[in-house]
Parts: sequence; C-alpha cells; structure tokens
Amino acid sequence: MSWEIVIGLETHAQLSTVSKMFSGGSTAFGAPPNTQANAVDIALPGVLPVANKGAVERAIRFGLAVGATINRRSVFARKNYFYPDLPKAYQISQYELPIVQGGEIPIVSPTRGEIKIRLTRAHLEEDAGKSLHEDFHGMSGIDLNRAGVPLLEIVSEPEMRSAAEAVAYAKTLHSLVRWIGICDGNMQEGSFRCDANVSVRRPGAPLGTRCEIKNLNSFRFMEKAIEFEVKRQIDILEDGGKIVQETRLYDADRDETRSMRTKEEAHDYRYFPDPDLLPLEVSEDWVESTRQALPELPSATRQRYKLEYGLSDYDTALLTQSREMAEYFEAVVTHELLEGFEPARVAKMAANLILGELSAIVSRNETDFGASRIRPPALVDSIRLVLDGKVSVSAAKKLLEEIWKHGDETIGELCSRISQPKFEATTLYTIQTDKNQSSGNSTVAATVHAALGDLWLWPTDNAAELEKTVDAVLAANAKQVEDYRAGKDKAFNSLVGQVMKATKGKANPAQVNEILKRKLAR
Amino acid sequence: MLNASLKELSAGLGQRKFSSVELTKAFLARIEALNGRLNAFITVDAEKSLAQARAADARIAKGSAQPLTGIPVAHKDIFVARGWLTTCGSKILSNFVSPYDAHLIERFNGAGAVLLGKTNMDEFAMGSSSESSFYGPVKNPWNSDCVPGGSSGGSAAAVAARMAPAATGTDTGGSIRQPAALSGICGLKPTYGLVSRYGMVAFASSLDQGGPFAKSAEDLALLLNVMAGFDPRDSTSIERAPEDYSRDLEKPLSGLRVGVPKEHFGEGLASDVGKAVEEALAQLEKLGAKRVPIELPNSGLSVPAYYVIAPAEASSNLSRFDGVRYGYRAKDYADLGDMYRRTRAEGFGAEVRRRILIGTYVLSHGYYDAYYLKAQKIRRLIANDFVEAFKRCDVVVGPTSPTVAFKLGAKTADPVQMYLNDIYTIPANLAGLPAASIPCGFGAGGLPVGLHLVGNYFAEAKLLNLAHQYQKATDWHRREPKGLQ
Repeated sequence: MSWEIVIGLETHAQLSTVSKMFSGGSTAFGAPPNTQANAVDIALPGVLPVANKGAVERAIRFGLAVGATINRRSVFARKNYFYPDLPKAYQISQYELPIVQGGEIPIVSPTRGEIKIRLTRAHLEEDAGKSLHEDFHGMSGIDLNRAGVPLLEIVSEPEMRSAAEAVAYAKTLHSLVRWIGICDGNMQEGSFRCDANVSVRRPGAPLGTRCEIKNLNSFRFMEKAIEFEVKRQIDILEDGGKIVQETRLYDADRDETRSMRTKEEAHDYRYFPDPDLLPLEVSEDWVESTRQALPELPSATRQRYKLEYGLSDYDTALLTQSREMAEYFEAVVTHELLEGFEPARVAKMAANLILGELSAIVSRNETDFGASRIRPPALVDSIRLVLDGKVSVSAAKKLLEEIWKHGDETIGELCSRISQPKFEATTLYTIQTDKNQSSGNSTVAATVHAALGDLWLWPTDNAAELEKTVDAVLAANAKQVEDYRAGKDKAFNSLVGQVMKATKGKANPAQVNEILKRKLAR
Repeated sequence: MLNASLKELSAGLGQRKFSSVELTKAFLARIEALNGRLNAFITVDAEKSLAQARAADARIAKGSAQPLTGIPVAHKDIFVARGWLTTCGSKILSNFVSPYDAHLIERFNGAGAVLLGKTNMDEFAMGSSSESSFYGPVKNPWNSDCVPGGSSGGSAAAVAARMAPAATGTDTGGSIRQPAALSGICGLKPTYGLVSRYGMVAFASSLDQGGPFAKSAEDLALLLNVMAGFDPRDSTSIERAPEDYSRDLEKPLSGLRVGVPKEHFGEGLASDVGKAVEEALAQLEKLGAKRVPIELPNSGLSVPAYYVIAPAEASSNLSRFDGVRYGYRAKDYADLGDMYRRTRAEGFGAEVRRRILIGTYVLSHGYYDAYYLKAQKIRRLIANDFVEAFKRCDVVVGPTSPTVAFKLGAKTADPVQMYLNDIYTIPANLAGLPAASIPCGFGAGGLPVGLHLVGNYFAEAKLLNLAHQYQKATDWHRREPKGLQ
C-alpha cells in the first residue's frame, strides 16, 4: 500500500522596513554586533513597544495579494520563554487574532499541475537576536542587531503532497513577497526562512503525527530535508513503530534531520495579550488605499502576457518569477523603437533573450535582474538589429556579452567605444529622432558592420562578401567539391570548415550552410 | 520653607526670597537629618541635584521660569533617570544606572524642577507597606513603628516628613493612594493613559499609572500639569488636548453628587476610619454636595481579579531581569539554566517571587481560561459598576484604606491580609479611573485617615476641585508629624 505525504509550511518573511517591528532601531543587515540594538531592543527597564505602521501596511499588502481576510482588529500577544538572545524573555507575536486570515497561493505542482494551496493565517511578530556559540572560548556571544526585526509568519494548510510541491509553494511565495515589495527574499541573510511540518498517512486515513523541520534555508535543502524526513517516517511506520511529535533540525552537511526537542520538552509559552500594545485596528480606508497601491499580481501579469503577446505558460511563468524581470521585459517590448513590429514576434524574441542569454549572464555574474548591467535600451537595440536583418540572433547574443563587460547603455555607445575611427552614436537607433526614416538605414548598417567586425561577428547584411569568400573556397577546393557531388557528405563539412577558417570564425554557420548548398546545387 | 506649598515656593523663588540652590539644600539637609530614621530615600546625589538647582536659578533669572522651576521633587525609584541608580527597590537592579530618562523625568526636567532623590519602595512596587524593599523598610513619619503604606511609601513618607515638597509615585492597585492615606498626605492616580509609562519600570502594564504626592490638592494640580501629556513611545498613552488641572479648583461644590458605595463601608472597615470618613462626608454636604447612596456590586471580586491579572503581567514583565544584559547576576552557576535560576532566586525578594509564581501559574496552559480570562471578565464587570455609578453621581467617595497604618511586620507573614489593604483602591485601577486620597482626620494612635475619591475618566480636575474645596474648609492636610527633630 502506498503512503500519502502531508506537508504544511511555516514561512518567516522579514518585512522590508527601515526600522524594527516595535522600535526605531535599524534593520540593516551586517552591522557590527549590537550596534543596531537600541534601548527598546535590549529591553532596558521601562521601555515600551510601539508597532511599526510600515510593517502593518506590508502585512495588509500580503493579505490582499493572497485574497485573505484582513482582520480589522488583531491582537499582539506575548510568547514567553527564556533565552539569552530574546531580551524581554518574551517575543511579541500574534496568537489568537492574527492580522491576516485565510487566503491562497496558486502554484504549479510538478505532479498535479495548477493547484491552490490555502493559507491558515499570516501574523506579525518580531525576530529574536542571534546567539554565537563559536569563537568565545566556551562562552556564547549575543548579537541583538536582529532582535525586533519585523517578520510576517505565513502559515499554510497541510496541503502539499510532495517535497517538490513544497518547494514549488515556497518558490511561488518567495517570488510573491518580493513582487509585492514586502520582503527582499534574501535567504542567505535569513530574510526568508521556512519550517516544514511533515507527516505521512495511508490515503484517506486521518492525519499522521507530524514532525516540524527547522533550519531550511534554501530550496534545495528543503527538498532534501523533506525527502529524508518522509523516508524516515515511512521506515519507522513500516517497521511497526510510531512517530513521535517533535521538532527536528536539518543538518545539511550530513543530509539528515535530527531531533531537537519532543512535544514533552516543548515550552509552555503562556501566551497572553500584550498589555503594552492596544489591539491593532485597521481601518477600511487603510485597507482600500493599500489595495489601490498594490501592483498587478503575478497571476494577472501572466494572463496578460498570454493574451497580449501569445507567450507560452512556460515563458510567462518564468518571466514573472520576479517583478524586476517582468518590468524589464515590459520595458523592452513596449519600447518605441520596437513599435510597428509584430508584438508576438518581438515578445518571443525578448522573452528568449531575457530568459536565455540575459538570465545566464546575470546568474553567471551572481547578481539579480534588477542590477543587470544590460539595461533595456541595449536589449531593444539588439532586437531591432535582428528584426531589421542587420545581425543574426546569435550575433545579438554575443553583443549582449560585450555590453555586459563594459556596461554600455546602448549599442550606439558600444559602437563608438570600440570603433576606429569613432562613429557618431547618433547614427544608431536609440538616439535617432526620426524613427520612420529609411535613409539612415545604410548608415546604421555600416556602423554596426564596422563595429561588429571587431567583435568576431559577421553581420547578416554582409552576404555579398560572404558569397565571394565561399566562391574562393570552392575554387581552391575542387577535390572536396567533386567528392560532395559524388555523394560524400563529409566533404560538405570540410567545406564549411574552410569557409569558417577564411572568415576567422566570424561567419554565421547557418548562413554559410545556406550559401554553400545553393552554390553546390548548381 | 519646608512647610510651604508649591505655590508659595514658586512665588518665593520668583521674588528671589530664596534661590533654588538654597531651597534644595534645605531639603537635602532635612533628608540628611531624617533618612537614617525613615529610610525614605534609596539614592540622594546632592551634586546632581544642586547642578539642576543652579540651572533653575539661571532660568529664573532669565525670566523663563515655569511654575515648578527650581522646586525639588523626589521620584519613586521606579522611574529611570539618566545617570541615576534606578533600583526599583530590588537587588536585581541594585547596580543599574539608567542611560535614559523616563517620560515623566523629561517632563519635570523640562519644567525646570530639581530631582531631589530617588525614593524607597516595595520591591518592583509589589506591596502595601514598603517593607519588601531590598534597601529595608520605610518608616511612617507619624510613628516609626508603623509602615507608611506602599508601594510608594518612600515618596509618601518623604512628603509627610517634609523631606520633599512633592514627590511622584506609581499606582497599580493603590500604591499612591494607600500610602498617601497612611502617611497623611495627598496622592492622585490619574486616568490610565494620562501619564506616560515610558521609563517607568513595569509591574502590571495594564494597571500601572504614575501620579503625584503633595500636601494639598492645589499642589497635586500643579504637579499633574507637568506630568500629564501624550507620549508616542507609550502605545497606551492617550492623545488629547492638554488641560489646566487647576482650572476648577475654586468652583463651589453646590449640587455636586457624591456617591457613597455601601460595599466600602461594610465588614473589614475599622471603626476609627469609618468615623473620620463619615465626618468628611458630612463636611462635603455642608459645602453643598449631595450625598447619593450607590452600589458597586462587584467590588468584592476586585482583589481576587487583581491578584490574577497583576501577577500574570508581572511574571512576563519581570522576565527581562535575567542576568544577561544588565543588573545582578549570580556569582556561581553551572550552565545557562542554572544562571537564570540562581540570578532570579537571589535577585528577587520573597514577595516578587511569589507573584511571579502566581502569574506564571495563571497563564499556564490549561489554567489560562479559568484564571486570566475569568479575571478579565470580572474586570469588565467592575468597570461597568462604575459606568452605572457615574449615571447617579459625579464622584465616588469612601475610605482609602480599611485601617490606619499598621505596625511593621504585622502583615508580612500573611500576604492575603496585606492584599486586603487595597480592597477600596483596586477597583479604580481595574477600571482605569482617576482616583485620589486626601487626609480627612486621625484614627487610632493618632494616625492619619485618608478619604478616597474616584472620578469618571479624565475627571481629574473635578476630583481636585472637590479636594481643594474640602481642604479650604478643613486643616487635616496641614497637620504634620511631630517629634521628627
């Protein structure tokens, strides 16, 4: 009999506010220990918390984005436990009445296709500080910079049925919180952390006993940890054993989960409403103005891309991974230099370049899309060159590499940078004032040609010269021509190689193939 | 000078009859003479006080003085003041020098008042006798065998013994009004939220409220004018237009409806106290007030409800005193858990430990509904009692405390007896209402009796009006303890 896997995720998304959840302390990452902990953060006698309006606003934004109920009245509660990096010895959180209730996240499951994962709730709370157990000669160091940083804890229903589904949910959530601008999503810095509740059961049976896995600080670890945990639980059950409800820690080095504490050892947190904070009241107006300010959500954007540009599900899903990428895409396809071309063709070309070459360059350089050195105008130029038949797509890709290296704003900049003698940048697309001119085209071609010549590229409009080169190669290789005509296909490849050699590799192989075939067919 | 009202002192300073330095020195000398016997102050720092006095004199000379400029005020050692030791009467904070000022301290500094010293108190304001301080018990100036009341006993004793012209305190269940009554002075607990709690070490956050001690209602008004005000750093602070609490002092009392709750005159009220309060009620009627019998049917539940809510909040509020970042830490410990246990066992006194245990218990899983939630419901019933009462009267009047000051040690062995001291004062805290205690005579052993006044929300001016009119007709508030020097 098979086992059904049941997974629910609790995600802590650090809200991107400048100051902390209940104090004016800075939330900036990476400062020297304890330099960003003020009187409230270190819990001096007499200090009091004041809720951060920006954090509340971000929670509302999230609730609206997932179609949840925004509770007009929610309550901050104290979760009491002693730990050196928890200065008040209680964490201010929300318990019985969270600000966000319900909602759902649409995900694409690798096995079940498009499904919706329902959310239980999302609530505001403050982070604890950090305990450093190394480098202190048997003592522990406490860094309270993190203490009081605002978090939104997003709790899903136990509706995921595989590790891969859990990862799909986490990735969708990760992209959503960044999309709506409430969290920077930086997992290395701990801005987006997940705990997974995992259990297994026979299909149709009641929920099994769950274990909570902590410390899942990457999507890869999450998948491996859940897979390990599922196997561990199934092994126990199949050996006739019982699952003990406990909290387990994932050890990435050993790829296993280890028991942290069992239910019996669990704290009694003695939750009660924080008497220092009045119930959080959210007015109708506040919710409405937040709704108005909400950006188009990724699901709507995807739908629009399909309708307006006829892009595939695959492309639209990838383009809406982040708002930076979607905004980049839109800046390119709506650029005035690309007006008048078939939108679907422009969009497909833009999508291919963005998702292919550009994404590769961006990830190779370990940065993100918003910080790409290739700005939309340069990509627009490249696409226009291809659309005008001035360069091949593969040449355009090489152009992008070159632009990345030097950070040229436009192809015009690139040309004037590398060309000898210098070309006037004004001869190129981006700076052209008369978009409909045709007279400028030859200048454009010449400029690009000259510039690209030095770039190991062979512009497509230089066919005449290529024809001459091919003729010369054919004349010098009579034997191969004969062999080919005698049916030896290998001879053709040899001829292609000769042409490439003669053009120092700048020619477009597809174009060479086409010319050779035409000439040999005669 | 030591007996003068704030108004007289302010006038004296303004007319250059004496300087703030001279005034401050006079009170410092009085403290020097009496503190050994009364133990009203934990910290006195003449240098710091005199520096403020000099600054005040300069301000007076410049003509930019406010009513309290140059006047020394003693503060309960629960308010943090920058550079001052702030102990809360506890060993666990016995080495804590605050790096910041409480809102209340800022307000007094802004008004040009002189910080005269930090007064002794029950540890973390938990007590009704000022005996639980790590710094030893405070003695009642009227009879040093007796307690001054608590928890703000040091402030009350200081004003009663003329060691300070005015003082501040905090009131969670009666900690301003009961010591005011037992020490024969005036004390006011404002409406919850009127005085910021920022920098006031928390005992029970939903009940704590700072307020003034003085010899007269008129002085209380001047002090409240400085203390009250919105503070964005306290989320429970109430934003409302500033008012002059002196404005209604001279209003006649004719037609004022004085509600007399029968529940505060029954079993447990000592006859000497009852007699003095009855005479005060008669005096108020003479002044034109109308006596209205009222009921506060749930007031009997106030002590048990209070002893669930206050310890619950305290158990959480006091958790930060863990020996990690500041304050006392045990010398020897085996590990982290041991450090916590020893630090807190050694750093807190018996009453504080008792209340932390009660509070931890009532918030525990499985008990929360039966205790904490139930107590919150009772709290609402008690608040509703007052809503009903204020439909029939303007001010609720009765005894502040069931007895006059009791002997040191008389109730320390029986916490419940100690808790019952606050039976008349606790309801105002649970409801968040303003309340005051003013002297209204003397009972057994020549010890003072306090008259308790409770007003509707933000009716401080009305309470002070009643008190002032009463004080114009009587002289109980002018009496001072004899044989102190």
